[in-house]
Amino acid sequence: MSGIGATRFRFKGLGLAAYSVLALAFLLIPIVYTFIFSFNDALKNNIAWRGFTLRNWTNVCSAQGICEAFGASLIIGVISTVVATALGTAIAIALVRYRFRGRTPINMLLFLPMATPEVVLGAGLASQFLSLGVNKGFVTIMIAHVMFCISFVVVTVKARVSSLDPALEEAGRDLYGSPSAVFWRVTFPLLLPGILAAALLSFSLSFDDFIITNFNAGAVTTFPMFIYIAASRGIPAQANVVASAVFLLAILIVLITQISSAARQKRLARVQ
Amino acid sequence: MAFAAFSTTAPTAQEAAPKRKSVIALVLLLPGILYLVLFFLVPLVSLVITSFESQVDVGIYAYAFNWQNYTDSIAEYWPQIIRSFVYAIIATVCALLISYPLAYFIGVKVRRWPLLQNLMVTLVIAPFFISFLLRTLAWKQLLSDDSWITSTLKGLSILPPDAHLTGTAFSVIFGLTYNFIPFMTLPLYTTLERLDTRYIEAGSDLYASAWTTFRKVTIPLSMPGIVSGTLLTFIPAAGDYINASQDFLGGADTSMIGNVIESNFLVLQNYPTAAAMSIVLMVVILGIVGFYIKRSGTEDLL
Repeated sequence: MSGIGATRFRFKGLGLAAYSVLALAFLLIPIVYTFIFSFNDALKNNIAWRGFTLRNWTNVCSAQGICEAFGASLIIGVISTVVATALGTAIAIALVRYRFRGRTPINMLLFLPMATPEVVLGAGLASQFLSLGVNKGFVTIMIAHVMFCISFVVVTVKARVSSLDPALEEAGRDLYGSPSAVFWRVTFPLLLPGILAAALLSFSLSFDDFIITNFNAGAVTTFPMFIYIAASRGIPAQANVVASAVFLLAILIVLITQISSAARQKRLARVQ
Repeated sequence: MAFAAFSTTAPTAQEAAPKRKSVIALVLLLPGILYLVLFFLVPLVSLVITSFESQVDVGIYAYAFNWQNYTDSIAEYWPQIIRSFVYAIIATVCALLISYPLAYFIGVKVRRWPLLQNLMVTLVIAPFFISFLLRTLAWKQLLSDDSWITSTLKGLSILPPDAHLTGTAFSVIFGLTYNFIPFMTLPLYTTLERLDTRYIEAGSDLYASAWTTFRKVTIPLSMPGIVSGTLLTFIPAAGDYINASQDFLGGADTSMIGNVIESNFLVLQNYPTAAAMSIVLMVVILGIVGFYIKRSGTEDLL
């Protein structure tokens, strides 16, 4: 390549880099806004900047109902995640490791919830609960959350099961491991990263879900429901505190996972 | 990653599956499949039944075969139906145009620095970790009449002095685009990250211009990512009722089909209309998705 061409190529690369930085900054604007306004000395409605304070961070629960809503979201998120991860992991193992009839309708049944708009999923379940005369509350929210998380768990764990080397399990059997010993001491530890990723995804889907929850919540207020209800009469700054704290914790978890997996890969590369 | 859900490159597990006792498969599959039948499939059927019910008393409905629910609600709500799909299509196109260069940069140009690549992917998914509703409300404040963005645009005479940004079609489409950019960028990134750059080199070796190489080599090779990204953006955008809500970015004449379903179900307790509109939304989306998959030649998606 000639010198001029090379410079132009580098310049074009720089343009793309600058664009990417701007695009990422654009994605982060509302996050930064939410974080900054968690320190706002706001009265009832957190809109105009009125000065810096730490009060919102030290008195999170002083906004009425916010800690109850956060607690409800936490409990619902944990229970839904455990159930959805167990059900979804079993399906993923069966899909990759076993032969059976009816694979196409099962794949269809797993794909459809992801291709259905949330508002339809929410209205569908709500109309079923209505016709059965079920009172909506904690249980109906969890039923809904497990339902929309299962497919995402299956997809995430399936990728991990497919990439598993069957020779490892064969080695376990050759060494006279019982089927359950092979599963718990070979297969399960190898699947664990995929299962954890699926659980994290489920939890974040459940924790942030509003559209489906709104149809099936009854009198229970989750954290997104709290924000929605408050939106018409003014959001307390404590909502920004809770959201910012959750954000920082989630980013920390992601960074730790990435750094540790990078370190593991480096170790593996050195061994080989 | 879940964003591979719509991807076409995943190997089909069937060939690899060894023959084994299907009793174990049944035990593994049964609980989860039964759960989806009970709480996904049966509710859809219940929704179809509800959509044909007729009113007996205030808030009380009985089973009938009342086609009129469909004709009446389509006649009443056709502007919202059209608006939903127009907004969703514009937002999907905008998200694709914004995301593709970003995904290309992260997936291809930054390949040599894996740590930087991981950091950039983390920044792309960062919005997932903060409440969807608060993110949208943040834009409502940032685009409000007395915000610095609006006043700067007015100062530069880009906007007329009496213009509003919030409560308009612009702000709703803006919100939809913003909220679904990560859903577009991630699948694009996963395909572009595996893109073999030797194909691009071959294109320029054969004297194709950069644009021709991009159009004839890069785009076709990244088609699986484009298809899954556009579906992951279009489907939730068409059914969304947050961005278009008047408490968020919408106004009196921006309501979408999701708002119609929500208000009919939860406020007016007009369940048959809400159910009929849900079925309409679902059928149109499945129609568009089916046509789109067929056109883009990725039929093995299902």
